[in-house]
Amino acid sequence: MEQLLGFAVPGVPYGCAYAVFAVGLVLTYRATGVFNFGFGAQAYASAFVFTWLVEDHAWPTWGAFVLAVVVLGPGLGLVFDRFLFRRIASTNTTAKIVTGLSLLVGIPALLPMVFGNANLVGAPSIMFNPNTVYVHLGADVPVNGMYLSAAILTVAMLVLLVLLLQTTTLGLEMRAAVESRRLLELEGVNAQRVTATAWAVSGLMAGLAGVLLAPTEATIQAPDYITLMVAAIAAAACAALRSMPIAAVAGVLIGVVSLVAQGYLPTSSVWYSAVLPALPFIVLVAALWVVPGLRHLDEATDPLSSVDPPPPPPVARVRGREIDRVVRTGWWLVLGAFAISMLTWIPRAWETVLNQGMAYSVIFLSITLLTGIAGQLSLAQATLAGVAAFTAGQLAMHAGLNFLAGGALGVLAAAAVAMLLALSSLRLRGLGLALMTLAAALLFDTAIFPAQSVSGGTGGLSIASSWLGLPLLAPDGHAYFVLALCVLALCAAGVTMVQRGTIGRFLSAMRGSEIGAAGIGVNLPWQRVLVFALSGALAGVGGTLLAIQQTVIAPGQFNYQLSLAFVVIVVTAGVGTVEGAIQAGIGLVVIQELLQYAPQRLQGLTFVLFAIGALTYSAHPEGIVELEKRRWTARAERALARLRSEPAPATASGRS
Amino acid sequence: MTTPAPLLSVRGLTKSFGGAVAVSDVSFDVAAGESVGLIGPNGAGKTTVCSCIFGQMRPDAGSVRFCGRELGRLATWRRARLGIGRTYQRVEVFPEMTVRDHLLVALRVRHHDARLWRDLLGRSAPRADELARVEEVLEIVGLSEVAEVPAAALGLGTCRLVELARAIVAEPRLLLADEPSSGLDEHETRELAAVLGTLQATRGMAVLLVEHDVFLVDAVVDRAIVMDLGRVIASGTFGEVMAEPAVRRAYLGVP
Repeated sequence: MEQLLGFAVPGVPYGCAYAVFAVGLVLTYRATGVFNFGFGAQAYASAFVFTWLVEDHAWPTWGAFVLAVVVLGPGLGLVFDRFLFRRIASTNTTAKIVTGLSLLVGIPALLPMVFGNANLVGAPSIMFNPNTVYVHLGADVPVNGMYLSAAILTVAMLVLLVLLLQTTTLGLEMRAAVESRRLLELEGVNAQRVTATAWAVSGLMAGLAGVLLAPTEATIQAPDYITLMVAAIAAAACAALRSMPIAAVAGVLIGVVSLVAQGYLPTSSVWYSAVLPALPFIVLVAALWVVPGLRHLDEATDPLSSVDPPPPPPVARVRGREIDRVVRTGWWLVLGAFAISMLTWIPRAWETVLNQGMAYSVIFLSITLLTGIAGQLSLAQATLAGVAAFTAGQLAMHAGLNFLAGGALGVLAAAAVAMLLALSSLRLRGLGLALMTLAAALLFDTAIFPAQSVSGGTGGLSIASSWLGLPLLAPDGHAYFVLALCVLALCAAGVTMVQRGTIGRFLSAMRGSEIGAAGIGVNLPWQRVLVFALSGALAGVGGTLLAIQQTVIAPGQFNYQLSLAFVVIVVTAGVGTVEGAIQAGIGLVVIQELLQYAPQRLQGLTFVLFAIGALTYSAHPEGIVELEKRRWTARAERALARLRSEPAPATASGRS
Repeated sequence: MTTPAPLLSVRGLTKSFGGAVAVSDVSFDVAAGESVGLIGPNGAGKTTVCSCIFGQMRPDAGSVRFCGRELGRLATWRRARLGIGRTYQRVEVFPEMTVRDHLLVALRVRHHDARLWRDLLGRSAPRADELARVEEVLEIVGLSEVAEVPAAALGLGTCRLVELARAIVAEPRLLLADEPSSGLDEHETRELAAVLGTLQATRGMAVLLVEHDVFLVDAVVDRAIVMDLGRVIASGTFGEVMAEPAVRRAYLGVP
């Protein structure tokens, strides 16, 4: 018994943080309809500021706690509500998820730029000294200040929340807002004030969870918080994003059981090295399969939801014939100039950068197909790219297969994994599907990719030039450029043809309304499996290209954080068009390369810029870059018409 | 001489949500080419019946037979391919798609005409016969002028017509029209009644019309089934059911 307690007590801070995270997620989801992916970033922000004040500026712990948790936590929640989520309350799930992801990607990149210190170490414990043992459970189970602080603060927070929800008028209004904000307004209640309160309370909880976790890690790193948030999502999913007490209990259990299992399992077993780190994500997958409430997350429950106006139309894509000819000619000229320049005067260093951009473009095309055309959101595209790259690497290393031939088999493997993912989530849509793909990505990251037999360990696999079969195919040479250009052109043409073809129309129907598409006879399960397979194959092609270009394939190149960033990047550049994916790929590497010349603290600017761009997704689903292109095309068209003193075609003007 | 089997046969349909019984032991038939109105006050269970017939909800008990075939747990898309079309109370158009594309998609689905290789080789452009059929339906429904406009740019009334056109372009044998006049003004409702009348007369399409608008029901249906609190309380011609005391009680709360 004492041994069990000894293993369980160190799990308390994790369990408490998961519980607070999970309850915060459920609270925001139920009261505002938003599943706040930015929650992890909010927790990170509070932990970052708290540690920065205490360690770098010698603030007293209580003072830093007040500023970082009591002021910054709710403050961030209120800012998110006022400037982002309130404006998109009636938009679709994808827009809400993308907005949350933008925060998750952008805030951790922004903080080191603002505060100028990316390496914060030694966060203090709040309330009690972490090194003092205050209580002994049994004869030999010490409970130190960190564990005690976590338990007391979590219980206090949850009790206060229950009191707020069950005994106050505001709590009653928050529970009513869960059912229908519109009905609440008809009762004369200011529903915006109610949802703002929910955001503030959940912000406070994010801050508390962040500060609770800070002392458990040596340094304050955003990925830790994001991974922990996904673990907390598992707890929230066990409660069907509905019941706060179940979410809290599930959170504590996941934290404590992980540590107990860690204590009992032999360290050499696969259970210890692969299954245990993936436990929260296995719980998430199981919850998505088993909990019936998660299948209907996106269905409108508000009886007045049909009074919402339809979403505004995107800016017209149709161009007049003349301007279309000019644009097309322009694109061909740019492509020709690009190819000639790459083969002649562009320095080798920049050729390498642009080659990498083309490989990313192919991966991004998989997002264009899946999200832009079919309206399905996957948070595992980098994982699928990794599946192909590691398959090719292992086949080359162990079977002596040419890397390109192995890459072809890897592409099939990536397509198969994507198909399995689609088949395993046929009953889910929208948020449920996004969570399933995220859980799959994390399963690969924690249980499969780190294995020696898959990736060769954390150092990764080095690609021997003999594997490629073509001595000329050096990653920084012209041959790679020709290969990448041909592959990108083929993939881009393929996606364009699918988009224009019958399957593209079916997918577009599915994106527009799944109920409407099924109602005319579109076989939605098959369409979803097909588009996932095609998208997985495209990601696999891109992953193989990227592997050749980078000469080393390591798990870190294909982790879930990149998958999240990929979505944000493509959405900014234009998720609905093929050129959007190419702009995203080239834009990403060019901005990153240019930032090499900027001060060190600005290195995260790339993700901040793309995150800001993606925040506009709900208003402009065509992408902010694409929007500007269409506006400029429309202006050019009007100018052309003025020159000839004739009115511009109405189709080219669109919404401004 | 034996009576031909009805096109749609609903028997003992029952559906509950938690403790609330939405539909209780509902049975009725719709013959081929017949127009039947399913009417009743709010919360009577009409839309639930529609959703159970179309496979969007699974009934707790009862059966739905279409063309003599038990539909059981058949998915919605399979029911659509058997020849059932539906319009929705809350419009379900494809916002970014033009009106013409709505109809082309529905036509392609009907012909099970989607091959990846054909798309990749660029051989999926609309054929002349498809375009002609689409133009014909656009003309009947009165949408020719907005054929190239995305649905998101259209008003609610026009979106309802788009749904109707999308449903009928595939020539279903039964059309489930769920409150098609909701949100339409009087003029638009009269136009809708004319369109439904034309379709029935020229195509021999059976219609199950779920509706509040008394004018539309009177103008379109051959007979009416009245529901209240999940049960059928009357059936017969429109005039007959409106004279029933139970129906007056359900609608007006007076005997």
